Amino acid sequence: MNLENILILSGIIFCIGLYGALSKRSMITILMSIELMFNAVNIAAVAFSRYVVPARLAANAASTDEKVLQFLMTGQIFAIFIITVAAAEVALGLAIVIAVYRNRETVDVSQVNLMKH
Amino acid sequence: MQIPELAAWFIFLLPLGSFLVIIFIIRPFFNQHSKAAGYVTILAIAAALVLSAWALQSTLGHDDPIGWEPHSWLNLGDLPLRLGILMDPLTSIMVVVVSGVSLMVQIYSLGYMRGDSGYDRYFAYMSLFTASMLGLVMASNIVQLYVFWELVGLCSYLLIGFWYHRPAAAAAAKKAFIVTRLGDFGFLLAILYLFFNAGTFTSQTPPLNPLEISDIYQAAKLGILGSGVVTWLAIGIFAGAVGKSGQFPLHTWLPDAMEGPTPVSALIHAATMVAAGVFLVARFFPLFVESPTAMNTVALIGGFTAVFAASMGLVMNDIKRVLAYSTISQLGYMMLALGIGAYGAAIFHLFTHAFFKALLFMGAGSVNHASGTFDMRYMGGLRKHMPWTYATFLIAGLSLAGIFPMAGFWSKDEILLEALNKGGVVSSIVFWLALIGVFMTAFYIFRALFMTFESEFRGGAEAESKGHGEAHPVHLRESPAVMVLPMVILGAASLGGGFLANPTTALGIIPIHWISNHLSAETVEFHAPAFNIGLAILSSLVAVAGIGLAYLMYHARRVSAENMARRFRPAYTLLSKKYYFDEAYEDFLTTRIFYRMISGILDWWDRAVVDGLVDGVGWFGRNTGRALALLQTGQVQSYGAGISIGILIILGVYFIWG
Repeated sequence: MNLENILILSGIIFCIGLYGALSKRSMITILMSIELMFNAVNIAAVAFSRYVVPARLAANAASTDEKVLQFLMTGQIFAIFIITVAAAEVALGLAIVIAVYRNRETVDVSQVNLMKH
Repeated sequence: MQIPELAAWFIFLLPLGSFLVIIFIIRPFFNQHSKAAGYVTILAIAAALVLSAWALQSTLGHDDPIGWEPHSWLNLGDLPLRLGILMDPLTSIMVVVVSGVSLMVQIYSLGYMRGDSGYDRYFAYMSLFTASMLGLVMASNIVQLYVFWELVGLCSYLLIGFWYHRPAAAAAAKKAFIVTRLGDFGFLLAILYLFFNAGTFTSQTPPLNPLEISDIYQAAKLGILGSGVVTWLAIGIFAGAVGKSGQFPLHTWLPDAMEGPTPVSALIHAATMVAAGVFLVARFFPLFVESPTAMNTVALIGGFTAVFAASMGLVMNDIKRVLAYSTISQLGYMMLALGIGAYGAAIFHLFTHAFFKALLFMGAGSVNHASGTFDMRYMGGLRKHMPWTYATFLIAGLSLAGIFPMAGFWSKDEILLEALNKGGVVSSIVFWLALIGVFMTAFYIFRALFMTFESEFRGGAEAESKGHGEAHPVHLRESPAVMVLPMVILGAASLGGGFLANPTTALGIIPIHWISNHLSAETVEFHAPAFNIGLAILSSLVAVAGIGLAYLMYHARRVSAENMARRFRPAYTLLSKKYYFDEAYEDFLTTRIFYRMISGILDWWDRAVVDGLVDGVGWFGRNTGRALALLQTGQVQSYGAGISIGILIILGVYFIWG
């Protein structure tokens, strides 16, 4: 297991999410795809946290200076933040979907184009 | 006592004031049909006539104009433009004729225009017309003169189109304005020429002002202008006169101008508008004298017009048209007189013609009042019903025909005599043209007289409009006194006016050759010819022959007019179609040349190039917008796809070339 493989995984998941977000008609699917993209980013963030900073420390054991140590946990904390925000976003997003569905009886995004006309 | 300058200004300001009072006070605030408008006009013009007479009296015995300094108006560069009054003998006679005839016409109009819905508007225009003409004859500056010249044209437009709701009147007004405009353009060019060649004038000592009429005289006298320059200036000025005076080839507007009210025709044909053309040539006579080419042009065009117009008058059935062609022809006489240098005779004829032609038109209006028509084929026998009209029309007709002792006899005779005495090819040509014109004139005016007043009444407007809706009422009786009075006064003037020239002997207070001697100023020197009894008899015989033929054809009916028309059918058709001039101008010049060719090209240019350019810009914007609008779907997903692809491209570029 190394950083590259994990980043490739992250990229693949991100692209799947992006494709889904751009191509799907259903709002639910789009929300799910966005969730995928978040998680791809989370994987990348955690991977960097796991590999990049410890690698530098290993390479130069003497440099236990404050600056390097500060970044030790950044990626993981970032991931937790994203998970939290994503949860909030999904809650909000689903609420909007329900509201739209009640008004328009559809969750097809291409039909939600009142602003255009 | 000499007239003060302020009083002279009032000759022009009074009718102008009357116009302003009617337009700004009477028309908006008083009953439109009140008589006030007419009375104000008559008062103003009567006062102007009194002042004019004073001005005439002041210039008597002086060769020079009264020396009033002009007033500064504008400075054009270093060329001062000044306004002033040039009160010389010519002006003094013109102001009296203009205000006198105008006064008569206004009094007559009180009766003729009674009850017309535009009563006040009519008198407002008439006041302005008179004011413009008076301003024109008194102008001391060529630009000032041009302003009034155009004002006269404007007023004639307004008055010919007075009944603007009739399409024919509106068209005639437009025609009068546009056709005279052609001539005015020549006049304008002459003024511009003077303006741009100011150096020739200002380099003199003392410096002359090229726009000042008296300075133009001076320049012509000193001979500082080259002969070519003088010729072109004179031709340009003459072009203006040709337009205004209805000379060939710009004569077509004048017969159509009959669409205006009849008193307007009387004024236009006698004292204003058409007289302005003759006056203009007379005003710049010292310039014309310097150029034999210009003089010959004036003489030949005048002589040709005299016969040409008279020939059309022979066959017209509309009494006003007969008179209109008669006016053109008589103006031709004045022009030819000017052209052969008979300055005094020309102005004398203008003077007498003003009286008898105004009278003839008043007669025509009076006849129309009774019969409801202007078509002589439906008149006849009016002598019994309208004795005053008949008597005055007869006097005016005799005067026009040139029968002793009417005014026209003296003035026409003087023109013929001058042409005979002058010698030379041009003078001989115009002499014979004038003599032919005398015959035609006598014939057509007596043809009109016999058809209108003699034999039995032929039904008037009722017969004319048989089966064409309702007719004017026909009530055969003499016109009201307010119309007859000015006719009688003008009749007296036509009868006795000729003696003002006194070609034979001095009569009491009036000295021999009074008008000619008065007109002969320092700038224009000439001497009236001695009376030639032989020529007088010859021209009288010619005129009597014309009257006799008219009598035989239209009164005694010994010679059938119909047979004559049939025998000379091509000639008759040519004349009654007015030599196809209207057709030539309208169908060929206007339609073919202007509408199809010039306007066609301009139309194409406008549509294809100008519009194409504008439309192209619009088309480009609209279609670019449409194309771009296709991108704007409102779908966030497609935008997102665009952004993603864009990022990919940027990244790709970065990795490949970065």
